[in-house]
Formats: sequence, C-alpha cells, structure tokens
Amino acid sequence: MSATTTHDSSKNYINHESGILSWLTTLDHKRIGLLYMWTVLTFFAIGGFYAMLIRTELFTAGKTIVDAGTYNQFMTFHGAIMVFMVIIPGVPAFLGNFVLPLQLGAKDVAFPRVNLLSWYCLIVGAAIALCSLFYNGADTGWTFYTPYSIDTDNGTVWLVLGAFVMGFSSILTGLNFIATVHKLRAPGMTFFRMPLFVWGLYSTAVLQVLATPVLGITLLLLAAERILGIGIFDPDLGGDPVLFQHFFWFYSHPAVYIMILPAMGIVSELITAFSRKTIFGYKAIAFSSIGIAAVSFFVWGHHMFVSGQSEVAGIVFSFITMLVGVPTAIKTFNWVATMFQGSVRFDAPLLFAMGFLFLFTIGGVTGIFLAVTAMDVHFHDTYFVVAHFHYVMVGGTLMAIMGGLYYWFPKMFGRMVSDFWARITFLLIFIGFNVTFFPQFILGAMGMPRRYYDYLPAYESLNKISTIGAWTIGTGFLIALGVIIYAMKKGEKASDNPWGAKTLEWQTSSPPPHENFINDPVVTAGPYEYR
Amino acid sequence: MFFISQAHAESFMPPVASTFGDAFNSLYSFLVISSLIACVLVIGGFIYFAIKYRRQSENDKTAYITHNNLLEFTWSFIPFVIFMVVFAWGWIIYNDMRSFPEDALEVHVMGQKWNWNFIYKSGKESVEEMVVPVNKPVKLIITSKDVLHSFYVPAFRVKQDAIPGRYTALGFTATKKGNFQVFCAEYCGDAHSSMLAKVRVVSQDEYEQWLRQGDPYEGMSLAEVGQKIFSQRCVACHNATDQAKVGPGFKGLWQSQRTFAKAEGLVADENYIRESILNPAAKIVAGYEGRVMTSFAGQLDEKELSGIIEYLKTLK
Amino acid sequence: MSTDSTYEHHPAHHFRDAEHEVEASKFGLWLFLCTEILMFGGLFVGYAIFHAMYPEIFIAGSKFLDWRLGALNTVILLISSFTVVMAIHSAQTNNKKWVLINLYITLACAAGFMIVKYIEYSHKIHDGLLPGKFFSYTGAEAAVQNLPLYFSFYFMMTGLHGSHVLAGMVLISWLIYRAHKGHFGPKYYTPVECVGLFWHLVDLIWIYLFPLLYLVG
Repeated sequence: MSATTTHDSSKNYINHESGILSWLTTLDHKRIGLLYMWTVLTFFAIGGFYAMLIRTELFTAGKTIVDAGTYNQFMTFHGAIMVFMVIIPGVPAFLGNFVLPLQLGAKDVAFPRVNLLSWYCLIVGAAIALCSLFYNGADTGWTFYTPYSIDTDNGTVWLVLGAFVMGFSSILTGLNFIATVHKLRAPGMTFFRMPLFVWGLYSTAVLQVLATPVLGITLLLLAAERILGIGIFDPDLGGDPVLFQHFFWFYSHPAVYIMILPAMGIVSELITAFSRKTIFGYKAIAFSSIGIAAVSFFVWGHHMFVSGQSEVAGIVFSFITMLVGVPTAIKTFNWVATMFQGSVRFDAPLLFAMGFLFLFTIGGVTGIFLAVTAMDVHFHDTYFVVAHFHYVMVGGTLMAIMGGLYYWFPKMFGRMVSDFWARITFLLIFIGFNVTFFPQFILGAMGMPRRYYDYLPAYESLNKISTIGAWTIGTGFLIALGVIIYAMKKGEKASDNPWGAKTLEWQTSSPPPHENFINDPVVTAGPYEYR
Repeated sequence: MFFISQAHAESFMPPVASTFGDAFNSLYSFLVISSLIACVLVIGGFIYFAIKYRRQSENDKTAYITHNNLLEFTWSFIPFVIFMVVFAWGWIIYNDMRSFPEDALEVHVMGQKWNWNFIYKSGKESVEEMVVPVNKPVKLIITSKDVLHSFYVPAFRVKQDAIPGRYTALGFTATKKGNFQVFCAEYCGDAHSSMLAKVRVVSQDEYEQWLRQGDPYEGMSLAEVGQKIFSQRCVACHNATDQAKVGPGFKGLWQSQRTFAKAEGLVADENYIRESILNPAAKIVAGYEGRVMTSFAGQLDEKELSGIIEYLKTLK
Repeated sequence: MSTDSTYEHHPAHHFRDAEHEVEASKFGLWLFLCTEILMFGGLFVGYAIFHAMYPEIFIAGSKFLDWRLGALNTVILLISSFTVVMAIHSAQTNNKKWVLINLYITLACAAGFMIVKYIEYSHKIHDGLLPGKFFSYTGAEAAVQNLPLYFSFYFMMTGLHGSHVLAGMVLISWLIYRAHKGHFGPKYYTPVECVGLFWHLVDLIWIYLFPLLYLVG
C-alpha cells in the first residue's frame, strides 16, 4: 500500500489507452484478462442457455419441447462450449492472466504477444466451432467417440477443428505462464514465497503444455478421418475405435485437472484472506498440486473400465486413480485447518469458497465410487457420473471462478460489488445447484444412463426436481451478471486493499497502473504473513 | 411401453438380481457410510470453525500456525488406507465379474441402431428380449453392427460396451425370476434412449420350452450353421481334423496356444478366430508363412461368423 | 555493433535486460518444442500400435516408397540444419554476409525438400496410393489386408511434418528479411537461434520418420 502515494492515481491500465482498437491490439496482461472475461462470460451465457434447454426438455418423459436430434445437439453444444470455451480458459486465461503477473510482482507475462495470440486462437477456434451450426450442427457429445463421430452426417468436423484451434490457445497460455513463473518473479520471490494460486496455475500450465498437444493430434486425426477416411479409428477400414478413447482421455483426464487445479488455488487465496490467517500446510498444498498434475497423466483408463480394455489395465488405472485422491484430501483438510483459530469474515467471496468446499467434498467422495472398478461398472455412463462431474466442475470450478471474480473485482475495476447482492447470487446458485444435481446421484444409482432424451416414467419426479433446480441456478447467474455490470458502472469506489490481503496484487493501486507497480516490488517474506 | 416393472427403478437402487449384486451392495454401503463420515468431518469442520472463529473486530489477532507434519501425515494416511481397502474390495468383485465359468450359457449379443439382438447356440434369435434360466451362469459375447453401444442391466450391476468389429464379454448369474431392464449406456444417436430391451429370467424348464418355440434358423444350431459354412467355404484349405492342408487343421484349435510367424502368440479365442477370418494376414501361424488366405470380410454376416466360432469350439 | 546498421534491439519493458529476455525466449521455445514432440508423439504411438496389429501392411507399404528419395531428403535436411547453425555462428561473429548466405542455403534446402515431397506425393496420388477409403491402387501387391492404413499413416505423418517445413520456410524468410535490414549481430540474434532450434526439431522428426516409413520393411 505504500507504493501508491507518489503517482497520479487517475492513470491506470484501463484508461492508459482508449478505443476499441487499443483493446484488440493490447499486449497488457490485465487487458487481455478482461478480453477473456467478456469472451468467457459470453460463452458461459450460451452454454448455460443450452443447459436450460436440456433441463427443460427433461422436465417430462418423452418430448417436452424438442425432438431427440435437437436434444442431442443441445447436449453436445452445452458440453463442448462449457468445457473448451468456458471452464478450461475460465480460470487460467481470465483470472490467471490478470492476477498471475501481479502476484509475482512482474510487469507482464513473459510473452505478451503470444498472450494476445492465444486469445485470438480462442476466438478463431470458437468461430470455427460455431460454423458447425450452419452444417446441421453436431450431435456426438463433447467426447466425439468414434465410430459414431465418423458416421454421423453433419458439421461435427467444424466443431472438432474448432476445438483443435482452441487447444492452441490453451497451450500458448500454459507455455506463457510456465515461462513467467520461471523467469519473471520479482526479486526475493522464491518458489516457496509464491502465492498458492500461482502454484495452482503453474501445475495447470504444465498439464496444458504436455496434454493438449495430444488432444490436438487426436482431433486432427478425427478430422482427417471424416474428410479423408484414413481409417485409423474406423473399424470398417481396419482401424480401432477404442484407440480414440485412449487418445482422447489421455488429454481429457488431465484436462479435468486443468479445470480444477487453478480453482483450488483460488480457494487457497480466499480462505487465507478472509480468515486473515496464514495458510495451513503451504508446502503440502503446493506439492499436492504438482502431485495431482503428475499422477493425472496415468489415470485416463478409468473412463474406460467397460470399454473392452483388459482387466489388468482396469485394475492398474483404478489403483492409480486412488492415488490422486490422497493429495486432493490433503488440500481439503488443510483448508479446513486454515480456518482454525482464524478471524473469519463472511464476505461473498468466502461464501463461494465455502460453497466450493461443500460441493467439492461431495464431488470428491463420489469420485472414489467411480474409481472403484466394480462400482464403476454399474455407475459408468449413468447420471451418477453426470452428477459427480458437475459437482466437481460446476460446484468446484465455477464456484471458485465466481468467488475469485468477486474477490479480484475491486482490483480489476477499482469498484466494489454489492456484497448483499453477491450473497443473494450465492444462495440461489448454491441451493439451485444442489437441487439440480443431488437428485441426479439417485437417478444414476437407479440406473438412468446419461445422454438420454427420454426416460422411464419411474425417473420422472427426480428429473422434475432437477429441472426446477436448474432454473434456480439460471436465475442466480442472471442476477450475478446484473450485479457485476452494475458494479462496473456504479459500484462504490474500492480502496487498494479492501480485504486486507497480503499478496502482492493488493500492494498496488486499484485498478493497477499500466506497468502494475510504480516501484518494483521486492519480496522479503511468504505470501500470507498475517501476524 | 417399457418392460420394466416400476418397482425396480423406484427404490434407491434397483433390487439386486444377480450373484455379485450383494457384494456390490455391501461395498456400496461401506462407501456411502465412509463418505458421509468424511463429508461430516470436512463440511461440519469448516462450518464449525467459520462460526466459532468469526471475526469479532477488525483488530482480531489470529494464531500463526504454518504446518504440522503429524497432522499432514494422518490425514494423508487414513484416506490412503481407506482408498486401498475400497480398491482391493472393488478388485475382488470386479475379478468375480470378469471370470466366466466353463459351463456358462453363452449368448451372442449384437447391438445395432437401435435395438439389441440375441442369438442362442441353438440358432434361436430374439430381438429386444433375452431369456435366461435362473441360477445359471450366463456369458454374453457382445459385439456391435455399427457404432458403440453399451449393454447395461442395472439390476445385475453389469455393463459392457459393444464394439463394432470386436467381441467383448460379460458374465452374470441371475438369482431372481422376473423381467429386468436393459439400457444402452453408450451414446449412439437419436434413439439412444429408446434402445431398450429386457432380460426375462425364468426357470430352467421354461427356458428350454422357450428355446424350442418358433423357427430357430431352419432348425439349425449356431454350431450347425458354422459346420455348413465350413463344409462349403473352408474345406478347400482346412481340415476339421488336426491334419494340415493348405492351412492348419482345426481340431483342438479352440483355447489352444497358437504361435505365429511374426506376431506374439496367444490362446485361440473368439477375437482371434474372427480376426483370422476377416484379416487372415494379421497373424500367420508359424510354419504357414507365404500361404495367403483371402479375407472373408463382407462375405459372412455376424451370425455366420458366430456360427463358425461355435463350430470350431465343438472340434475337440 | 555491426558497422553497416544502426538497428539496436531494445528488450521489452517487462524484462530486466537483454540477457533476461534471451533466457526467457529460449525457455519458452523449448517448452514449445515439447508440445511439438508430444503432438508428433501421438502419431508415433498410433504408428506403434498399428505396427503391432498389422505388421504386414508396413512391410508391404514401405515397398511403394523410394528409399533413395527419402535418403535424399534426409541429406538435404541435415545440410540445412548445419547451415542454420552456421547462420547463428555468423551472427555471433558479426558476419552479416554469411548470415544471409547460410539462411538462403537453408531456405533452398527446405524448398528442395518440398519439391522432392511433391514428386513423391504426385506419384502416389497418380497411382491411387491414398489413405483409407480413397485408396484405389489395384496392383497385385495391394492384396494385403488393410494396406490403405499404411498410407493413412504415411500421409498424416509426412503431411504434418511437411506443414512444419512450410512453417519453417516462412520463418526463415522472415529471418532473411530482418537480416537484410541488418537486425542481427553479436548482441542480438535470438530470432535466428529460436528458428534454428525449431528447424532442428523439424529435422529430427524427419530422421525418425525416414526409417519408420521407408526402411521398415
């Protein structure tokens, strides 16, 4: 807070330049972060709209609003948009871009041009993906399983190529973050003085760099399969359709951790800041991020216990998956222990962090059910799986994104979000979420398979409850959007450090100047020195 | 319109109707209880701490506790032990699911958009209804005609993907009579959710009676179908004895150890025989190098392939 | 400083000094090369799996390729790798003329590689030796089951590699443009070094592709 006294406080990164062109050509990580924010919010609105359509269709058995083919398109676009365009870029590219250099005390990311390029990759990729809508859409599900994705007659290839291009966005962001963490830390910022959000982003970046290229080549092969009929995944031409699943999950399982690891980082930040207490087990949390990232490369086969892979493979993958559970448990217990003897303030960001803990714990333990081979044989591809990964991805990652957005909002825009309205959105989203997805665990246990347009009459009442919950979440997010836009224009002016947090981003002005810090910061202690 | 009796889906989970269902349910209960304890500890813990240590004034001092290695060890080790227990427990049940008794009743199952076909050894074909005797081990040999499907019977707690061009297997022993719902669990297109069938579990007598009904492929068993094809299309190069002709003789082929010129050896099973018919060059038996067999891909349908396999099984 | 140029490179504002920038750039480039290796790695794994499934198609397929053309391309790429190293060396020793000469030779080699590739491709396309369902070759050698899969791998692997060669040609042209303007000297030659590293990777991948596709029989 000391550095801000000497400079002209009316100058900041937002009014540093003006005009739409200055945004589209900006190399400033903070502005690129905001570009990502609007992009991700837009896609989130579209993907959320699809979710509402899905749940509305499932309100009753049989046809409710659309036919089966249209429903399959809804579920495909909901999945593909939410995974490739919202959750994967959500934390690293949006919040990470804004916060990472600030937390490291750097002026920017290592390669600002590459950073901008990665945003354009996302935009171009998304545009290509949405081209599929002009070619009868796509109905393969976001997993593009062969041979269905080879046979189906529509614009799937556009969606596949779009995801391929968006993969570059993810790779370039990850590459940039690794280089930034290695090369641009402020003087005195040793690895073990880095905030835990940086650790989360760092382990995520490793996954992005190492796993995404494999998805890239897989999607390229699938596109070639459709355009050139190369036959590698096509049983009619001598190919192996199950090989596609191996390739796909070799990326897409680490991708699950690309989605959750940085969210865990946000939660570490929120819990210390609002408990005003140093994090419990800093190194345990930091190393567990790296541990999860490393092990996550060797668990992809747990998506394939009933795919016809060998029994031995199933056992091995089940075992390794269990090992991922341990570092995850470590993190959770450390967060709880951090609150012990703290001074806890219930601002909206902390509510979201607690929402994360609540939902992620449920998502986590149900993950163990699915990791046990014999259990998974029953639960695989049922609504149990749908409920599990929504608890982790939405209940976990999206809660963390909302918490992080409210937490860093004052830094981004120099204004406060109305705490009252932020809490209202929390309540609607949290309650709506549980109403939507808890019944789906029961539906799954009862045996209702996923991606079902129609279901047995016995499943109807739980599906109705689930749909009502989905509408509640939708309302919550609509209100949240209003709250955020209002706060941007009319919110109360924020001080430099409204939460009394200790990490470096709060030591500069709100919003920060173009070069982040007036005087280059020098770090002399850990990130959470609340004494 | 649906075959399921409501009671099977209305309770928390469909009532168990297969042998390993009970073991499954015990493990499931263990997992639910230990998960509940974990959730109460974590969720209860942080809610309790959050309320107990809520901020009293802006000048609150907090304890400066950085870490505690004993605690870290404890809460890594206890979950680890639990995970290992459920892993091993799951393994045992899974192993049980994946082992098929010698005397199992074998039924060929073929998924296609969008129904399930069942072919019995007697040659009897059935669509959307599989009849099996109670308390008798059943082995399903599953394949698909077009895209991936997945054969799923919630009441038996079993599921197996159907893959075009390949056989997968699934075993169960039904313990209750009645009708049980079959779903397709792998997304397969527009009518995925309507790709339903039922398993009708009946007594041995009823089963045999059912088997005799109708017109079972002009009275031929699968093995007979296979024998007929063999005598028409294979005898030019293969003997039904163990004498070699152009290619190897087939007596005792089934479940025997094969050694190949270029590929690694294996025990002859369904997949091997299918491959040898459709893609003969893939694995050439040692000693028969250079004797080219043409592929029968596209010339034999699934039933005929299954027939040949069943016929070869009889050549002992 | 080079005598014939007034160009001076300034490190970007978020770096402490030029050396810091060079370090970061090279670090980033190595990470990028990792992603490239993993991307090709997917194809190599696919190759290994199919080679185990259908060894005969790789033996039969490789007979359709002319190993002499492959060897020629290997030599061409090895020479170009050498000249790109010499270009870096020339920049370090402030020899602008030889930076350009070396870069031009590298570009010419890359073009030569693509010409040989073009000859090979047009020959295959003419004979109908195409991937998967477009395979229309009817000669007696094509009786091997699943032979088209070999050409799927051939075209995917060499195609992806060829697109990297083309990308490398664009990058080298960009270097030549900058070298003409006298941008490179002992104090600043990061772009030459980074493109050089990329070029070595392209070369290295070919060194694996050549035996796997041409000599495997």
